[in-house]
Amino acid sequence: MNPRTLYDKLWEDHLVRTEKDGTSLIYIDRHLVHEVTSPQAFEGLRLAGRKPWRPDSAVATPDHNVPTQGRASGIADPVARIQVAALDANCEEFGIQEFGMDDARQGIVHVIGPEQGFILPGMTVVCGDSHTSTHGAMGALAFGIGTSEVEHVLATQCLIQKKSRTMRISVDGALAPGVTAKDIVLAIIGEIGTAGGTGYVIEFAGDAIRALSMEGRMTVCNMTIEAGARAGLIGVDDTTLDYLNGRSQVPSGKQWEAARDNWRNLCSDEGAEFDKEVRIDAASIAPQVTWGTSPEMVVSVTDRVPDPAQVSDSLKAEGMRRALEYMGLEANTPVSDIPVDHVFIGSCTNGRIEDLRAAAAVVRGKKVADNIVQALVVPGSGPVKEQAEREGLDKDFVAAGFEWREPGCSMCLAMNADQLKPGERCASTSNRNFEGRQGKGGRTHLVGPAMAAAAAIAGHFTDIRELQGS
Amino acid sequence: MDKFEKFTGRVAPLDRANVDTDAIIPKQFLKSIKRTGFGPNLFDEWRYLDQGEPDRDNDNRPLNTSFVLNDSRYQGAQILLTRDNFGCGSSREHAPWALADYGFRVIIAPSFADIFFNNCFKNGILPIVLKEHDVDSLFAKSGDESALELTVDLSSQELKSAHGAVLSFDVDPFRKQCLLEGLDDIGLTLQHQDSIRAFEEQRRVKAPWVFGC
Ligand code: SF4
Repeated sequence: MNPRTLYDKLWEDHLVRTEKDGTSLIYIDRHLVHEVTSPQAFEGLRLAGRKPWRPDSAVATPDHNVPTQGRASGIADPVARIQVAALDANCEEFGIQEFGMDDARQGIVHVIGPEQGFILPGMTVVCGDSHTSTHGAMGALAFGIGTSEVEHVLATQCLIQKKSRTMRISVDGALAPGVTAKDIVLAIIGEIGTAGGTGYVIEFAGDAIRALSMEGRMTVCNMTIEAGARAGLIGVDDTTLDYLNGRSQVPSGKQWEAARDNWRNLCSDEGAEFDKEVRIDAASIAPQVTWGTSPEMVVSVTDRVPDPAQVSDSLKAEGMRRALEYMGLEANTPVSDIPVDHVFIGSCTNGRIEDLRAAAAVVRGKKVADNIVQALVVPGSGPVKEQAEREGLDKDFVAAGFEWREPGCSMCLAMNADQLKPGERCASTSNRNFEGRQGKGGRTHLVGPAMAAAAAIAGHFTDIRELQGS
Repeated sequence: MDKFEKFTGRVAPLDRANVDTDAIIPKQFLKSIKRTGFGPNLFDEWRYLDQGEPDRDNDNRPLNTSFVLNDSRYQGAQILLTRDNFGCGSSREHAPWALADYGFRVIIAPSFADIFFNNCFKNGILPIVLKEHDVDSLFAKSGDESALELTVDLSSQELKSAHGAVLSFDVDPFRKQCLLEGLDDIGLTLQHQDSIRAFEEQRRVKAPWVFGC
């Protein structure tokens, strides 16, 4: 057999049938469900008198709308309350396991899936959420779908798709100290652009990727969608297996051994060919900060805000001008001179325990700067929160002036009460800096967790490497 | 889904690249559990000067008169002309729901984001990819005093202007058939339920851990 890419293997392993033109039916192993993109799908099932094909393939949790404080008194916003109640009722009616708002395992859908061992290597995973790409870190083929497709998967356990092209991004060598997974993926998006991955499934490879923890790999795959790709993938290795072993939904005993041996093959074969190859030198990556309203508008913390006058492509220059205006920034301002008034640490990109540890290490024994209006830490899930509290990280944050909240999406998309006001500027560990994403008129700068923590302490962006060196 | 019939419609030019689905329909409207009623809040943050909220009466809100959809020339537009990577970001199907609810049936751009592109077909919207220079020339024409009108013929895969200029476009044959006939994907897939069951049985043997342990 010809050498195959990991994507080829996953695709072929799930192919139910293919038409002559390549339109295929692929089987879906796992389905994650949340309150925002599912109600219309369940309603569709009801109207057509259909039942879920395999209810035990799905797991649900409310995350986008849930309050991050005062949960005992329920959800204040009546519209949000109805949506969360609809999820509860739908899961009950259709026999789908749900970690409800008051369950200790509740959290952001992309954090709890891997945490519970619900996502395993070699699986196909979908969710009505673009950041489903996160789960590619497990060596699973995972992608976001729309609500019509949510209904389609519920009803048929399949999706209609055509095979994507393949891209391999190799991050060679070792990262400099202080540089993290978030910086890798932001640098990649800066390099290939937000549409650079359109039509592709991207496999991440190279020493710097291999050296990442599972948390770091999830951060990288999470933001694959910000490069426009259908999915991100990382081949299985000991790091993957060590992460999985012992988690609640992972097979144990003899079945673990069988599964493990099978999963070890989930890497691209030597000599497998990709439609596109990109190589990035890990040592060249510095801590990244976005300056604009698209994740590709990103520079190193040591750089200055770019100048549209230096850009020859007029459409691009116009986009930059519009972004600078929205962001309230002058071209050529040193990034480290940009003050922030809000800090948000959390989201499915950087709301895992490792992220909280990195941020806590920066703030421990320090105080947030006077110009900081609000600094939030929102753990990605109940278990992440508990673990952090066992390690005393919550105390570090609170002592430094941060608020320690309940798990959920929170200010990543500001559907709940956690929002920026017009003109407020936030150092955020989330994944999208679109206009209005964190609140109408709010200004978002995407950074890694340690960089966000450092911005809270300094009151402006600052090179984490200098802070750590001192 | 309704069949996609040939029609002639007005073109609204939205001259921006990377329009994301947060901009198409802001998050506060995603709390709805319905599929309909999103049209008045399409491009809410660009279209109005104040902050929109679900259940708020949109008729009396202050309009941003410099936004293209508020330009009298483009009232009733059914075709949206835009730039690269339209529909990027969140997978929310509320974006095509809002576009369709507003009245758009065709979106023309040099490129689209993958999930959005897919979601359009499920909602009777035809996304058309044209070459950059064709998009440029449509933008040039759509800025005229009277709005540009195009006839969209999906069966012949052609766009025609009143002056007789014709642009042809590509579309995936399966998706084309689904749109033209207004087919329901789920019904189509369930015609293959025996193959799905057979596949599932074989997968149960090869990867039992997928089915619970
Ligand atoms: S944390 Fe943000 S990106 Fe992740 S699922 Fe929630 S809203 Fe989406």
